[in-house]
Amino acid sequence: MADIGVRGFGRTLEEAFEQAALAMVAVITDPARVKATQPVAIQCEAPDRELLLVDWLNALIYEMATRTMVFGRFEVAIRGPRLRATAWGEPVDVKRHQPAVEVKGATYTGLEVTELPEGGWRVQCVVDV
Amino acid sequence: MDTSRLVRISDYEWRIDPHAGMRVPGVIYASEDLIRGMDDKVYEQVCNVATLPGIVEASYAMPDAHWGYGFPIGGVAAFDPKQGGVVSAGGVGFDISCGVRTLHTGLTPTEIQKKKESLANALFHHIPAGVGSTGRIRLDAGAMDAMLRGGARWAAEQGYGLPEDLERIEERGQMAGALPEEVSDHAKRRQRDEMGTLGSGNHYLEVQRVTEVYDKVIAEDFGIHVDDIKISIHCGSRGLGHQIGTEFLKRMVVEAPRYGLTLPDRELACAPLQSDLGKAYLGAMRAGINCALANRQIITHLTRQVFAEMFPRARLDLLYDVSHNTCKMEEHEVAGNRRCLYIHRKGATRAFGPGHPALPKALRGAGQPVLIGGTMGTASYILAGTRESENRAWSSACHGAGRRMSRRQATRTWRGRSVENELAMRGILIRSPSPRGVAEEAPGAYKDVSAVVESADRAGLARKVARLEPLICVKG
Repeated sequence: MADIGVRGFGRTLEEAFEQAALAMVAVITDPARVKATQPVAIQCEAPDRELLLVDWLNALIYEMATRTMVFGRFEVAIRGPRLRATAWGEPVDVKRHQPAVEVKGATYTGLEVTELPEGGWRVQCVVDV
Repeated sequence: MDTSRLVRISDYEWRIDPHAGMRVPGVIYASEDLIRGMDDKVYEQVCNVATLPGIVEASYAMPDAHWGYGFPIGGVAAFDPKQGGVVSAGGVGFDISCGVRTLHTGLTPTEIQKKKESLANALFHHIPAGVGSTGRIRLDAGAMDAMLRGGARWAAEQGYGLPEDLERIEERGQMAGALPEEVSDHAKRRQRDEMGTLGSGNHYLEVQRVTEVYDKVIAEDFGIHVDDIKISIHCGSRGLGHQIGTEFLKRMVVEAPRYGLTLPDRELACAPLQSDLGKAYLGAMRAGINCALANRQIITHLTRQVFAEMFPRARLDLLYDVSHNTCKMEEHEVAGNRRCLYIHRKGATRAFGPGHPALPKALRGAGQPVLIGGTMGTASYILAGTRESENRAWSSACHGAGRRMSRRQATRTWRGRSVENELAMRGILIRSPSPRGVAEEAPGAYKDVSAVVESADRAGLARKVARLEPLICVKG
């Protein structure tokens, strides 16, 4: 059992969520090796932004696990408690992606969604691998 | 961790006096060296767990404790349902019932040596490992529920094992009280293609040689001799357990106010044992335990197929199967009274002493085998629960080496191929689909498992019985 932190920065909350997703993919494989061709629609809803971040990452973990896919590009829209997104990726290719580890779940440890004083957002949490 | 914040009880036992909302003290079992190497977060997390309602006696940490989410990994805590005690999804972990099983083979190092390369290849080929690997078994809805209720017993009935395997598994291979109806469709869907797969990360299947026996009498009872070839399998409940953990962690966070729980941190999410949510989690978590037991049983079956083909003489009997991420109801003595407590062990192994009724007859004299996984380049250990260990952390011991270095640090320090080559020079064959995964799991990224085991032995958590070194390691 081990954990690793993921963090995303963005000019908007959406962009920070997209970057956090990319950071999580980097735990699994080099995102540059992923052909972002197949779109998958993702939706989630949570009572606050922190919980929404964890839900978003967990939704991606679920889709990657059940579709045996890996994602490389994300587009997120957040309205109130609701997140709608598209994740693009492709089926796992062990030779090309050389996936190092699968992510079991996103946790509430180190969980923060912060609007930065200089503008922009920082979002982060620990994922269990 | 700074030892000046701890009260030294003995060389291997340290106490944190209750402060800031702690209902009970914290107790860490480890040598001074190991404690100094521990993250300060472990201290914080041991203290946090001590604030939870209904906790009994102390919040414990094992010698291999490291920073986890909510509870430390290597954390042990008991809760009394009659005193508002809670169950915590983060106190069990995502990989519900992750554990180790060790098999005898009856083979000698010479026999293995002759076919080592082809055995490594055959195991790697036959046992699905790594990200995106799928098993050969597909479960429909009915079979899924039967598996979640039946555990290894179900697997054996399906032909993936022998009836005599079952008594060598905790709970006789089947965790009672599982409620498949509390396991979501998402969790079941995530498991559909994952039965009989190792997974990734620190999970493995190893062919090992016994290099040292420390306690001849117990080793004899366990069937362990120097130069025996054993097989150890380390894995858990796969996607199903991960999804149960994910979903209940959230429900416990969201519903905490409903139960009047004010948590120092969200990550300590829990629910009263006697609440609907607590009962639902226990039912789902027990189904997760059965999934892990069935999974290790199926992998055992696949391993037996490989050996039957290559070594007709081999007999892969089960030594024992332990789980180190669980919450189980057990009877323990508290101040002279027997009480039913819910023991969380997150990265900790149960270590029942001799005579415990949960042990099969053949092991009742020796105590429970405690199987400690090492890293692919070092060693694994087998310990035994003692009578003394019943008075330490509710009969619990460590579970492994524990990481010393983050995955990122490890990949910056080593390359997978060179780790593989270096180990091959030392006679250890690694088979893994992912060189980066191998680098992240490099032996140097872990604490010294020998020091951890030494502390467990000296602290009286369990008695050291034997040391095993890897010959072949199949990594996820």
